[in-house]
Amino acid sequence: MHELSIALSIVDLACAEAESHGAPGVEVVYLKLGPLSGVAKEALLFSYEIACQQTPLEGSKLLIEEVPIVVNCPLCRERRSVQSMQSLCCAECGTPTPEILEGRELMVTALELRL
Amino acid sequence: MTAEPRLVEVRKNVLKHNDVLARALRERFREAGVVAISLVSSPGSGKTAFLEKTLTLLQSRYRVAALVGDLATENDAVRLARSQAPVKQIITGTVCHLEAAMVQEALDGWDLHHLDFLFIENVGNLVCPSSYDLGEDLRLVLLSVTEGEDKPLKYPTIFNSADVAVITKSDLAAAVEFDETAARRNIQAVRPGMRVLKLSAKTGEGMPLFVELLQEHRLRTRSAAAVRI
Repeated sequence: MHELSIALSIVDLACAEAESHGAPGVEVVYLKLGPLSGVAKEALLFSYEIACQQTPLEGSKLLIEEVPIVVNCPLCRERRSVQSMQSLCCAECGTPTPEILEGRELMVTALELRL
Repeated sequence: MTAEPRLVEVRKNVLKHNDVLARALRERFREAGVVAISLVSSPGSGKTAFLEKTLTLLQSRYRVAALVGDLATENDAVRLARSQAPVKQIITGTVCHLEAAMVQEALDGWDLHHLDFLFIENVGNLVCPSSYDLGEDLRLVLLSVTEGEDKPLKYPTIFNSADVAVITKSDLAAAVEFDETAARRNIQAVRPGMRVLKLSAKTGEGMPLFVELLQEHRLRTRSAAAVRI
């Protein structure tokens, strides 16, 4: 369970951004989360509330966009989704796909600043 | 009048700070010509025994050292020190994984130019370490025969973050009816093309192949560095 330390990093990042824009607080943090990030959504949401306490983010919302794994299929030579995390094979043709293009995201994409 | 909230685009990785430190470590390892290898696994899969054996085998021909992460004790460092290699314990306290900053701090004052291989043993945990780059050149994920063949399917993320899978405690395989074919199939399912080694730190079976892999990697790293120079 390392989601609390991840949540604290999100709060630090958002605080620094808000400050650079001269905003006293943050209403919403938009986060992109890939299944290969190693971070569990529910645990992160739970930790986020705790991490926000007594910061300019207190009372803010964390909106998580879960993004799928995207691979480069060596046979189709196309960007493809996979069958599952337990089977990293092209969802179209079934070829094993070691080359992962997306799915490791743990990224703050935007903030709604309180002015 | 209340101002409307303002939407600003950010696009920053949450672990950017760790990633920046890890990149700096990787560059430091490359510049010093040292190969950094990290080990991840669940608790009790035999990381320390495997590392002790590895250090002992490499010791006569290479300059080796190890950092070992543990939540609370220095037992692992004491065990590894028997190999005569320099060993430093990183006690993480309540933190369930190593981060690049901890590695950086542990290496403070070390001259890496005097090393050929640096091993970094992570805290026994198959979940959290997957998110943190430590600047290593090679990440090994260990799976002992006593754990069950479906571990890779249960923890696909950590297997996916690793470069080589090492099946440990092979001397116990028959006793626990370990299904090697299934284990290898499951590893390939979550990380297609991953190299897999099977070995026993106790009997030494499979260890020469691992040493060979390390030597190959060292040669590759050094020739790549030479090309850059």
